Amino acid sequence: MTFTLDGHDIPFEPGQTVVQAALAAGHYIPHLCYHPEFQPHGSCKVCTCTVNGRTATSCTTPASEGLEVASETPEIQEIRRDLVQFLFTEGNHFCPSCEQSGDCMLQAVGYELGVVTGHYNPLFPNRPVDASHPDVLLDTNRCILCELCVRASAQIDGKSIFALSGRGITKHLIVNAESGRLGDTQLATTDKALDVCPVGAILRKRTGFRVPIGRRTYDARPISQVTVEPAK
Amino acid sequence: MNSLEKAEHPAGLKRIAIEPVSRVEGHGKVTILLDAENRVHQVRLHIVEFRGFERFIQGRPYWEVPVMVQRLCGICPVSHHLAASKALDQVVGARRITPTAEKLRRLMHYGQILQSHALHFYHLSSPDLLFGFDAPVAIRNVVGVLQAYPEAAKRGVMLRKFGQEVIRITAGKRVHGTGSVPGGVNKCITPEERDLLVAGLPDVLRWADEGIALVAQLHGAHREAWDRFGTVRSNLLSIVRRDGALDLYDGVIRARDADGHILVDGIEPTAYGDLIRENVRSWSYMKFPYLQSLGAEHGWYKVGPLARLQNCDFIPTPRAEAARQAFAATAGGQIVHAPLAFHWARMIELLHSAEVIAELLDDPDLLKNDLMASGPRATTGVGIIEAPRGTLIHHYEVDAQDLVTQCNLIVSTTHNNQAMNEAIREVAREYLDGREITEGLLNHIEVAIRAYDPCLSCATHALGKMPLVVELLDATGALVDRRVRDAEQLA
Repeated sequence: MTFTLDGHDIPFEPGQTVVQAALAAGHYIPHLCYHPEFQPHGSCKVCTCTVNGRTATSCTTPASEGLEVASETPEIQEIRRDLVQFLFTEGNHFCPSCEQSGDCMLQAVGYELGVVTGHYNPLFPNRPVDASHPDVLLDTNRCILCELCVRASAQIDGKSIFALSGRGITKHLIVNAESGRLGDTQLATTDKALDVCPVGAILRKRTGFRVPIGRRTYDARPISQVTVEPAK
Repeated sequence: MNSLEKAEHPAGLKRIAIEPVSRVEGHGKVTILLDAENRVHQVRLHIVEFRGFERFIQGRPYWEVPVMVQRLCGICPVSHHLAASKALDQVVGARRITPTAEKLRRLMHYGQILQSHALHFYHLSSPDLLFGFDAPVAIRNVVGVLQAYPEAAKRGVMLRKFGQEVIRITAGKRVHGTGSVPGGVNKCITPEERDLLVAGLPDVLRWADEGIALVAQLHGAHREAWDRFGTVRSNLLSIVRRDGALDLYDGVIRARDADGHILVDGIEPTAYGDLIRENVRSWSYMKFPYLQSLGAEHGWYKVGPLARLQNCDFIPTPRAEAARQAFAATAGGQIVHAPLAFHWARMIELLHSAEVIAELLDDPDLLKNDLMASGPRATTGVGIIEAPRGTLIHHYEVDAQDLVTQCNLIVSTTHNNQAMNEAIREVAREYLDGREITEGLLNHIEVAIRAYDPCLSCATHALGKMPLVVELLDATGALVDRRVRDAEQLA
């Protein structure tokens, strides 16, 4: 069983989505909220492709025989660039001083898509840092609302510590404590939720910048290569 | 003599504004008030930048600070990177970092001093010194130096390249790296990296010697003018090693008076607040530091290469120490206060940096992996380092949740604020008083500023071409005359 992605035949197993089959076959489709260990979410829209002529998120589109998927077209790449620029300008992303720089998926996808500026007017939202947990820093300035921490905490850690609240532009990450402070939750340093944040919103304290430039995830190779050939 | 800081009767005086003089990570301007006979009544160097780092670092996690604050500067980010790291070493309880970490930081720092000094002298100041302050602007720039003095220009480029390589290898990037972290460093260097730098050392040491010879030659050729230009007597301040040696990475605070007598010595960095006070004046965003014991009027001081070389007892590397002694001999044992002598001192420090780098590269500790230290947490950290342009103080308060609650930065340009103001007043008295404004005159004022701090020479932007607008207004503020240099950009 195969479908085509930009003219390439992509084999797939029943139940796989387009992005899963594409990545398994060594073809990168940019994405942020998709994570192989969790149910597809379809919220960031960065994996949008043209599927049989209609735009669709490839992480939620089941692979099926004969699908014609277009990913690296100028039109689709432009949509992705816009989406990533929206994310950069809706939050406070200061890459030069961010400890996740070089390991950040948002930054890496930005580079992959040729994003050189935020383009849109930055909103500069006021989002205080929550440092109340002794070992974990929550900096929602960088949160892109991918809900990976929400899913990891609920599905793997069984704690449901994180959730999204509000709607539209007011949507934001909250934690499950009456005080609203991370330090009053049951978050433990062994929780899966700490390791899935694609940006620098949930961080282990006192470890920033310990990995030197040159050895960070995306220093040597772009995310398109790292994702499909992680072992290299 | 009139201090020229404040005109007694400003009403009715003509105002000349040199704006922007250029920038120290921002912009400054010089204003001059003249009477009808063009007699000078007031001269001020205003720093009109507002950076705000002290405020927006508040509320951020402390481990972000060494990387964030280095963005203050594009020329000497390593100085901020290391001063912050040194302060935060205390917060993480690393009272002593590992030998490998300290030597790697020193290597990074002396690489930075070397490249910054080369940049300042060869790229920014040598056009004035080689061609003359009044030389046609068409040749008085780094391209002119390349054409007329290709060997000197090449020396500047290659020295800077070497220093930048030292920084790249130790910090990960030539500009704004991440090598130093609170408690140590994040990498050692490899034998291949060490060998790469060692291979460049013979040339670097030779070029450093040639730089000193060039400055000494220039001084010899224009001795009276060099010694008098913008010269103002003041106290001197720097850190020195505990035995009195020159040390640009670590030490205790020492200050001398204008005659060279030691005022204070052995002051621990954490006590800087008892030693130094800062004065605020309504016409500048930059504060005016002074020694508290002497008061604002008499307690101001110079920092930077000229202060350091005369504040220390000796330089702990042989070739630079010989050069220091030769420099001191020309003044007959007197303290040198001439701004142009900064260039000579800077070239001696460049040689010293090359010698220190050579010593460090020969040390096997650089290759070891014992990178981090820690200990009981503290809430306060003060880090002082000698940046290329002078003493740099970083002070942080960190709360129990790891967030910075207070930050105080006193950078070298700030220490030199009063000295630079006095220098341009002296230049205005000597060259402007009663005369017609010319481009060459404006450059005299810039030459005096440049001697203190190349960041004011627009080091990261209009290299060698300070954009200047001079406006002559009458007493009502109406524009009488306007001159623009670098007209394509500013007109």
